[in-house]
Amino acid sequence: MDIDKVFKALADPSRRRLLDLLHRENGQTLMALCEHMDMTRQGVTQHLQQLEEANLVAIVWQGREKLHYLNPVPLHEIHERWIEKFERSRLGALRDLKEKLEGDDDDKT
Amino acid sequence: MMTMTKPSFVYVTYIATTPEKVWQAFVDTDVMRQYWIGPTADCARVNVSDWRPGSPWEHQRLDDARTVDIVGKVVESTPPRRLVFTWARPKDAEDDSKHSRVAIDIEPHGDGLVRLTVTHEDLERDPQMLAGISGGWPKVLSNLKTLLETGRALPHAPSAT
Repeated sequence: MDIDKVFKALADPSRRRLLDLLHRENGQTLMALCEHMDMTRQGVTQHLQQLEEANLVAIVWQGREKLHYLNPVPLHEIHERWIEKFERSRLGALRDLKEKLEGDDDDKT
Repeated sequence: MMTMTKPSFVYVTYIATTPEKVWQAFVDTDVMRQYWIGPTADCARVNVSDWRPGSPWEHQRLDDARTVDIVGKVVESTPPRRLVFTWARPKDAEDDSKHSRVAIDIEPHGDGLVRLTVTHEDLERDPQMLAGISGGWPKVLSNLKTLLETGRALPHAPSAT
């Protein structure tokens, strides 16, 4: 999946709001989501489409109802690729600093 | 995807691999131990079963005690496309009303991609399980994607014994 699409989808406050709404209650219809969005139904549809293309929203059909689900898998991939990695090096830097500072103190064992 | 009951969670990931390899990753413990870790990441986990409809399955920790955290029954097994099983605490093994349900759907998506969908149904009545699972599946699926696309196993995966 294209990671650019994920970042682009996340770069809009309305789309982030939609994800928050689905986090609060997963599997909502377009109509239910529209109630909490201050924009036209068509606007919400377009935002949902972009979220779907970024694989941040998954669709399940239940009879004639289209249900929207928050799909956190791409967010997890971002976490692994862009957060955990840097956190590790920062923790490593802290460890080095600690060793250096403590190493200067010969009284300590 | 069509379902009868409203799922609690739906997880989707696209993996550059074949449906057969994804299927194998869900039924072969030698593959599973390379990507499936528990919430505490202390040791790998495997799901053990013959994966025939009606058979039991167990979610085991790969520790010395082989602790069983989850049990269930295989509902549907259609290699390499669809695997459905129930999901319960060991103490509720015989009480079907306390089983939730997991469906794994594996579809070719074109361009050498496979669309893997994990749907978990009937979890609402167990908030504690729901909380644990909602954190667990994304990690398991992204580890699986890494393994199948790069051949790289988990950093903490136990070496084969």
